[in-house]
Amino acid sequence: MDRPIRVLVAKPGLDGHDRGAKVIARALRDAGMEVIYTGLRQTPEQIVQAAIQEDVDVVAMSILSGAHNHLFPKVVNLLREEGVDDVLVIGGGVIPEDDIPKLKEAGIEEIFTPGTSTKDVVEYIKRNVKR
Amino acid sequence: MNLGERLLNGDRRACARLISMLENNDLEAVNIIKELYKHSGNAYVIGVTGAPGSGKSTLTDKLAKEFRKRGKKIGILAIDPTSPFTGGAILGDRIRMNDLTLDKNVFIRSMGTRGSLGGMSRAAWGAVKVLDIFGMDYIFIETVGVGQSEVDIVKIADTVLMVMVPNLGDDIQAIKAGIMEIADVFAINKSDLEGADRTKLEIEMNLDLSEKKDYRPPVVKVSASRNQNIDELVDKLIEHRTYLEETGKIVERRKKNIRLEIMKLAEEEFLNLVMNKAHKGNLFDKLVDDVISKKLDPYTAKDMIMDFIKG
Repeated sequence: MDRPIRVLVAKPGLDGHDRGAKVIARALRDAGMEVIYTGLRQTPEQIVQAAIQEDVDVVAMSILSGAHNHLFPKVVNLLREEGVDDVLVIGGGVIPEDDIPKLKEAGIEEIFTPGTSTKDVVEYIKRNVKR
Repeated sequence: MNLGERLLNGDRRACARLISMLENNDLEAVNIIKELYKHSGNAYVIGVTGAPGSGKSTLTDKLAKEFRKRGKKIGILAIDPTSPFTGGAILGDRIRMNDLTLDKNVFIRSMGTRGSLGGMSRAAWGAVKVLDIFGMDYIFIETVGVGQSEVDIVKIADTVLMVMVPNLGDDIQAIKAGIMEIADVFAINKSDLEGADRTKLEIEMNLDLSEKKDYRPPVVKVSASRNQNIDELVDKLIEHRTYLEETGKIVERRKKNIRLEIMKLAEEEFLNLVMNKAHKGNLFDKLVDDVISKKLDPYTAKDMIMDFIKG
């Protein structure tokens, strides 16, 4: 069925830098997706509830504070607890290379670091949505 | 358990999924709603409309909180525009409602207009039914930021709340036809700003000129961001509901809207039927070419489509 991909763009944690998240949101919009933008300082619980209510295909999170090792997996775990298994979870931000394997193991399916082209993100999402 | 049963059991994921399916014209969802329609009718629908940036989302957030204090379950449909070029959209109304996200008695859903004009999403009619069956007492529909003539909210809402702000245009704006005419309650938001009293006066003067009726839309000064006067606004919304219910006008209003809804559904289906036929054998493309090259005019082209369909 021809339907727009729905993406929740969220900023978990306490850093106030949402430029990157907004650029991504805009790029996804221009690629024909419906982007639900929830703004700054979201708790994992809020992100998961918003993802459920909005019935999104993708949860895309951005963190620049360094709290990714804690917050990204927490979102994945809460989604699992709620029985949500058809949502693609991806992350972006200032994330050290060394942290990426652990994050992927925890269920964040892709990590995009600074310098990533928005086209790559769009392509990745289109190829990997689960329904 | 199927989606319908899960919805009746208060399963939030089922509620969300059904709304998506209706947005995507999924027949399975339509069939579920057909079956569950008898369970609807408890919810009262309040439309929140007004210019872009007038504070509709922030005010909806505060209104929802006040209704929650009064023990009501709240559904919110927040509509933002879809790009006519890419089909994409930024749905940003939730930003103002983040506190409500974890309240189990609130369900917020963002919707793109997906090609509908009139400030509404075509699937809003279906989404209201889903939230109603889900057990919500009040459903707020926040329209896209409107200009002067996007009045479709009146075709779905029991009460229309018009959100105004000080210093937008002069008193001529207040007497024009269009959105000013559909308001059941006016809120002047950001009324901590200078000019709020004048805006209130202009609206009141315009209401003075209306034919005398037994209900006059109240004009309430509020500040959503400062949480001022929200309880009074909620009282006014409930007063309008009481007025409609006591006079029996609620039935009239809903009847009128159901009539429009059925017509719209039939119209869509009929148009699809006609255009599918017209597209077969490139008839439609040929007609467009002929009109461009002046061999035909649009009226004759229409006649030819109709002749083709009648056989």
